[in-house]
Amino acid sequence: MTARIGVVTFPGSLDDRDTQRAIRLAGAEPVALWHKDKNLHQVDAVVLPGGFSYGDYLRAGAISRFSPVMETVIEQAKAGLPVLGICNGFQILTEAHLLPGGMLGNDHLHFICRDQKLRVENAATSWTSDYSEGQEIFIPLKNMDGRYVADQYTLDKLEAEGRVAFRYLARDGVANERGNPNGSLNDIAGITNEAGNVVGLMPHPEHAVEPLIGSGRTDGLPFFTSILKKLVNA
Amino acid sequence: MARVVVDVMLKPEILDPQGQAVQRALPRLGFEGISDVRQGKRFELEVDGPVDEAALARIHDLAESFLANTVIEDFTVKVEEVAEAAK
Amino acid sequence: MSRTPLDTVEHATATPDVELPWAELGLKKDEYERVVEILGRRPTGAELAMYSVMWSEHCSYKSSKVHLRQFGEKAPQSDALLVGIGENAGVVDVGQGYAVTFKVESHNHPSYVEPYQGAATGVGGIVRDIIAMGARPVAVVDPLRFGAADHPDTKRVLPGVVAGIGGYGNCLGLPNIGGEVVFDSCYQGNPLVNAGAIGVMKHEDIHLAKASGAGNKVILYGARTGGDGIGGASILASETFDDAKPSKRPAVQVGDPFQEKLLIECTLEAFKEKLVVGIQDLGAAGLSCATSELASNGSGGMRVTLDDVPLRDSTLSPEEILMSESQERMCAVVEPEKVDRFLEICEKWDVIATVIGEVTDGDRLEIYWHGGKIVDVDPRTVAHEGPTYERPYARPSWQDELQADDANKLPRPQTSEELKDQVLRLVGSPNQASKKWITSQYDHFVQGNTVLAQPEDSGMIRIDEETGLGVAIATDGNGRYTKLDPYTGAQLALAEAYRNVATTGAKPLAVSDCLNFGSPEDPAVMWQFAEAIRGLADACQQLGTPVTGGNVSLYNQTGEVAIHPTPVVAVLGVIDDVARRTPVAFQEEGQLLYLLGDTREEFGGSAWSQVVHDHLGGLPPQVDLERERLLAEILISASRDGMIDSAHDLSDGGLIQAVVESALLGGRGARLVVPDGLDAFTFLFSESAGRAVVAVPRSEEVRFNDMCGARGLPVTRIGVVDGDAVDVQGEFALSLEELREAHEATIPALLA
Repeated sequence: MTARIGVVTFPGSLDDRDTQRAIRLAGAEPVALWHKDKNLHQVDAVVLPGGFSYGDYLRAGAISRFSPVMETVIEQAKAGLPVLGICNGFQILTEAHLLPGGMLGNDHLHFICRDQKLRVENAATSWTSDYSEGQEIFIPLKNMDGRYVADQYTLDKLEAEGRVAFRYLARDGVANERGNPNGSLNDIAGITNEAGNVVGLMPHPEHAVEPLIGSGRTDGLPFFTSILKKLVNA
Repeated sequence: MARVVVDVMLKPEILDPQGQAVQRALPRLGFEGISDVRQGKRFELEVDGPVDEAALARIHDLAESFLANTVIEDFTVKVEEVAEAAK
Repeated sequence: MSRTPLDTVEHATATPDVELPWAELGLKKDEYERVVEILGRRPTGAELAMYSVMWSEHCSYKSSKVHLRQFGEKAPQSDALLVGIGENAGVVDVGQGYAVTFKVESHNHPSYVEPYQGAATGVGGIVRDIIAMGARPVAVVDPLRFGAADHPDTKRVLPGVVAGIGGYGNCLGLPNIGGEVVFDSCYQGNPLVNAGAIGVMKHEDIHLAKASGAGNKVILYGARTGGDGIGGASILASETFDDAKPSKRPAVQVGDPFQEKLLIECTLEAFKEKLVVGIQDLGAAGLSCATSELASNGSGGMRVTLDDVPLRDSTLSPEEILMSESQERMCAVVEPEKVDRFLEICEKWDVIATVIGEVTDGDRLEIYWHGGKIVDVDPRTVAHEGPTYERPYARPSWQDELQADDANKLPRPQTSEELKDQVLRLVGSPNQASKKWITSQYDHFVQGNTVLAQPEDSGMIRIDEETGLGVAIATDGNGRYTKLDPYTGAQLALAEAYRNVATTGAKPLAVSDCLNFGSPEDPAVMWQFAEAIRGLADACQQLGTPVTGGNVSLYNQTGEVAIHPTPVVAVLGVIDDVARRTPVAFQEEGQLLYLLGDTREEFGGSAWSQVVHDHLGGLPPQVDLERERLLAEILISASRDGMIDSAHDLSDGGLIQAVVESALLGGRGARLVVPDGLDAFTFLFSESAGRAVVAVPRSEEVRFNDMCGARGLPVTRIGVVDGDAVDVQGEFALSLEELREAHEATIPALLA
């Protein structure tokens, strides 16, 4: 038995097919979901993929957050459906208030594309259990609006509750100004909700699942094997 | 017809690199004495019918839920007179 | 207030003496007279608009086509070519049922005026050319040339161009895998912003731009039509033709990549359901071009009702609608019973689509506005039978003097210390420095098929996940070489792109070119152009790689001063299994470094002569195409059979530049020994063509040497991958740290 993992296509989604491929490589069954369709077609988990839905017009993720499919995703995520938001998907999750904080333009005002070093800070979520806490990985990063911001109270709460899932690192392994690619507060690359079923991050694990292709590493595959194991063992 | 303007600004505590870039350019262009620049968005809504309290309340909701992300942004709503005399 | 009466065909016939502003629209007197002769009456304003724009240099190739014919006449026999010159883009068979289409175009002038939007719409335009062939776009490349790196205006143009390419291409979801960035003061007032794209399809999905089958509907879909890029046609919209006030319409076109992304998806879905008979994108000359080309390539005529075109600006005149260059629009010809389904797909993707006309069984293109017929022409006379010029050309008087100013006689470094200093200056010079600050603003991961991207020798994309089939593309051009000798310079551009493709392990198949030159009205420029084409066509014939299409950009000059003649050549290659690709970076300490090919004292047009002496003179390196072919065969075999683990082509900057790049990318140094018969300076800086450096695992050394020996390719062992410095024995050592600082700090310091 395997798991059915939905990947939503919004107008302007770009990494939807790549995410489906990553799910397939992990051994699960990808299911294409369409933004105008409220029906989640009996999937066990949902990925909101990267891209520039609605051209990032208004704010990244702001228009997609009101699409029909998101009504169901929001409702079911609150009831425990595992949801992963990658890049634009993460932006949609914050706009939908499934995750706290928000995303703004990179502090250097440029698009940035690079293989980014991260530290796994929370290996207990639905999407990170195949990592170990403290593990250092490389995942491609590519975005314009990747600067994570939140008020001090929210940041303190995230830190206290261990809900920072991934942090940016410099190549030498220390989080510092050279490691942080966009000015995100507390070097935050990704976070989780309290229950650990909703995770969002800016880097793209679906682009690190095959040797030779993309970054040439497979550090992103555990996202998809983590959720598969959880669903199959459930 | 009336025009309602919604101005959206980043909250004061949030870093605004675009505004900073503009501010840094000012001395170079010979504009002195400007200590800070912040950049925002302006939405002009052309409203059919009268802009009464109910209409303004609806626009306020729209601004709060959609035009602005109140996690990071503040907004103001104001009614702008449309100059009928020009016609 | 509108102009009355409407200038219909009937009105034009009745008012033969009305003077039209043909000169303001860029037509010459004899060209206008030719239009009158073709029509047998004066043209209507709308007809004049169409002829003037379709007979422009940009659309009609009137100065270049007598020379471009050579690409067809000298085309080598190639089974790979499925669609040749003349369509939106050429199509090449890459095996396993796949076909690949690719093309490079220029967007030079718009990018100087408005760098961000000019570059962005350049990407948009080339991508629509690819979709119009039936292919899914899979990658873009951007060969760019700017003025001096430290000129203040470069800091305006370059960041805008790069942000525009990234802003548009990233939002479309196309990996940017290659291209070049070159600085030279000759491009100061005229940067070259060329954009290339590759698309993939199955053989049976190839689509062509033609309208056939009377009764079939013509559907315009995509963005609404606005006043973008209309320029001169606004004159026709003014109340009287002689009231030629300056245009109020914006000359700058603004791109909407989100709209283009939707256009890609809905077009591909329509192709998949076989709903499309013919298709054309709307680029230069907008509807004028799309309707006249579709009609003239098909078997019938076409009738269009301009009132049905969805407008963004309701004040547009019919002439302006015909000329508008609003972006993100396409035109499809669809059988009547499939129209509903086509419109449904457009609606699914929130794309506006409107039936604006139909194919007729006549041979006329007829366009109506408010019930009146405003165009009635033979579409072939608009699209294909424009004027042809045999422009005079002559070898410029200064050419001999330029060639006599021999770079080989420039003072050379006298001590090891000087040599070391010049190496550091070279690898840190703007042209040789790392372009990471630029390329990191482009997404090269999206679509999940990128095998190699810049700074590799060629970009490589996997096109079949099961078999690993892939394609590679490299673009090259060297205006300095071409200035010294246009015939040889064009051949060197081809040779380098060809070599770059082979260096990564792919077999070169076909060529597209973007020919950037000055004014064709200058006989010296026309000579450069004629020579470059002759050189390129001869070389394509000899290498067996046909030209599948391309673009000519003329009038690239500031005042009277033309840019260096700059033919940019793109070579497309195929690799059976991308797992066999060879990267630039050194992979493992202890591997042996071999130099393939012959090194001569060749410094004319070299990076060294530019960086150290600010000199341009002498002759460019010699070209030996048979040698290039042999070198390519060896590189491809060695990649396929696992005999080499890294490879880098030698070109501008010579051997030292290549070794430094491989070392920095791999994080591993090299110990080099100057071979017998060469001095250290020539060894490090010569730019002789037909060469590459490869790293050979020790286990493969004998086999590799045997192969080269048997095939007659000169190989020289020059050192070993080792340590954390580039150490030229007996001369100097530079640590990777020093080299990295010199190589990577330059561009951010100038532009960030």
